[in-house]
Amino acid sequence: MIKWGRFLLFLVVVALLGTLVATTTTQVAGKITLGLDLQGGFEILYEVEPLEAGHKVDIDLLKSTAHMIERRINIGGVVEPVIDTELPNRIRVKIASQSADQDKLRELIGKPAVLTFRDEAGKTILRGSDLAPNGAAVGYDDLKRPLVTVKFSDAKKLEDVTRANLHKRMAIYLDENLQTNPTIQSVITGGSAQITGDYTRESAQELADLLNSGAMPAKLIEKQVTSVGASLGALALQKTIYAGYIGAALIFLFMLFVYRMPGMIANITLAGFTYFCLVVLDWMDATLTLPGIAGFILSIGIAVDANIITYERIQEEIRSGKTILSAFRAGERRSLITILDAHITTLIATGVLFYFGTSSIQGFAVVLAMTIVVSIITNVFGSRFLLWLVIRSNMFKKPFWFGVKESEIGEL
Amino acid sequence: MSFNNHDTVVRFDIVKNRRKFFIGSSAIIIIGLLFILIQGLHLGVDFKAGTRLDLYIGKEFKPAEVEAIIKEKIPDVAFSPVTTYGTYQAFTRFDKTVSSDTLMVVEQSLKAKYGDQVNKQVSTVDPSIAQEMVKKAAIAVAVASIGIVIYIAIRFQWLFGVATVAGLLHDVFIPIAIFSILGLEVDLTFIAALLTILGYSINDKIVIFDRIRENLRTMKSRSIEDLEHLVNVSLWQTMRRSVYTVATVFFTVLAIALLGSESIRNFSLALLFGLVSGTYSSIFIAAQIWVNLKERNMLKKKA
Repeated sequence: MIKWGRFLLFLVVVALLGTLVATTTTQVAGKITLGLDLQGGFEILYEVEPLEAGHKVDIDLLKSTAHMIERRINIGGVVEPVIDTELPNRIRVKIASQSADQDKLRELIGKPAVLTFRDEAGKTILRGSDLAPNGAAVGYDDLKRPLVTVKFSDAKKLEDVTRANLHKRMAIYLDENLQTNPTIQSVITGGSAQITGDYTRESAQELADLLNSGAMPAKLIEKQVTSVGASLGALALQKTIYAGYIGAALIFLFMLFVYRMPGMIANITLAGFTYFCLVVLDWMDATLTLPGIAGFILSIGIAVDANIITYERIQEEIRSGKTILSAFRAGERRSLITILDAHITTLIATGVLFYFGTSSIQGFAVVLAMTIVVSIITNVFGSRFLLWLVIRSNMFKKPFWFGVKESEIGEL
Repeated sequence: MSFNNHDTVVRFDIVKNRRKFFIGSSAIIIIGLLFILIQGLHLGVDFKAGTRLDLYIGKEFKPAEVEAIIKEKIPDVAFSPVTTYGTYQAFTRFDKTVSSDTLMVVEQSLKAKYGDQVNKQVSTVDPSIAQEMVKKAAIAVAVASIGIVIYIAIRFQWLFGVATVAGLLHDVFIPIAIFSILGLEVDLTFIAALLTILGYSINDKIVIFDRIRENLRTMKSRSIEDLEHLVNVSLWQTMRRSVYTVATVFFTVLAIALLGSESIRNFSLALLFGLVSGTYSSIFIAAQIWVNLKERNMLKKKA
């Protein structure tokens, strides 16, 4: 007797999944952060050296250097640079952006510029590090002439300095280059000063940026550089996704041809698997890189394997003369342990990869590990649930639907 | 589980012929070792300091023209011949690290010659970092193998563990040997590929050993003949699955190797070699090593 209720439930689940996938995939995929190898950008590993010989690089110096790098990049107007400190003495900077002028940024980051404020005797009275973070900005005086406003983090220090040098000049140097040489006109108490002069909008902005980029507290040496031009990145993404489609289509046809009805269910859960992986990627805020996509496509292979193991088992049980339902039950039970064993060993491998790998390999490992977990949910439990619904609807009782010929079935 | 179709399942006696497979694999391994010793591995910038420059020219070009520009702008650093790949793309490698400023000058000259669509991709690695990466990669492979073996020893028996490790060494070695023979570049993604192969190949071995273990419970295996029959049956029972799984993954990876981005081509190729050797060794090497070990055990017990 056909149980329509179960079949209807199956259709509803598939329809819901289909609607979800069809309506939100583009949106979800669009939100995923692409790595620099896919959209262009660069990654530089710097070794940090102290400015003066004999000084040591410690965690504080590393952090303040990283902070300064971030400030400098923000001046360049790039969205979300990733800056990691790596003990004992390294800083890794990743910028994935099509628009960033890579070479200019690199120059800006790497510049060991020392910003100093000097009195008329040439003695350093203030340093770039005395400035409040992003303390310099462009402002306008009463006559709408551009000027630069500067905010210092220590108001008292500024007050002392301006009192001691009142009506004298205070030169602003970047390294040994004189940038501007304003006169101190009053004792400044609030911590905020103004630098006036013959500025245009542009030159005022330039000076403000310069002040904000401040002094790098340490020397940076480029140790490893990966930079990808925007069009090369896009080309790589496009080609790899295209290859992925072909691979997926091959798998789709294969499963349908060999396993018929369960194969169809495998294809449905595989589509769901791909979709949920994208969603989780988005949640994790993970950056998708080219090796990550490779890991992703491989995980589809692993997911297919989970289905093949189960279906082979079910076919075997059917051939041994069991009914479809008991073949399903036995096949599912016996394949589960095998699949879990296989998945856990792969997880061990990804754990090791993550622990020992560097950034792009870690990306690969994270994606692979995530997909394995999602795969267990969709391709083991999800796929079984759907198959169970279909089998219990009693609509597919012929072994044909499971890719088994009647003649292959032995006597029990 | 029914036993009546065991004899029809076995289409070819793999266990009886295991010596041939051992000899075959040994031969491949020896040839591979010779190549690695004589020819070495073609190490990429990840492991051997230097700068790799990938160029997207965007229209027809002659490698010699690009070479001339590089030679003019960077006269003091040796570089490999400019090799074209894909549509309008090329790459070269410098023996020493080249500064970004210098490369920018090269890019500008190329833009002047071929137009603004010229784009570059640069990978620079300092010698100290390169050495560190080799070390890290070696440790990663070792730790992963140990972790996997411990897991198998706990879940199965240690004889299976030994057979698995032997098979895994085989599977990791074959892609390395093929890369040496073909002179393909070994970089960081190659290590990722090797570890993926490790994971896959162990998958395969576990599925087969799982079946052997299951049949050990239900089939008699008192004599050596029984054992060999049992292994043969187990192998053939899982044969379709082994072939189908490797086939689906193989075609997906092949699609990526042929159509995907050049930057993961070597990764895909390494996977292809590893997938095939992994499936082969699961059936013809690892399972057979287990038979050998088990038989020795049985003989000892009798004596």
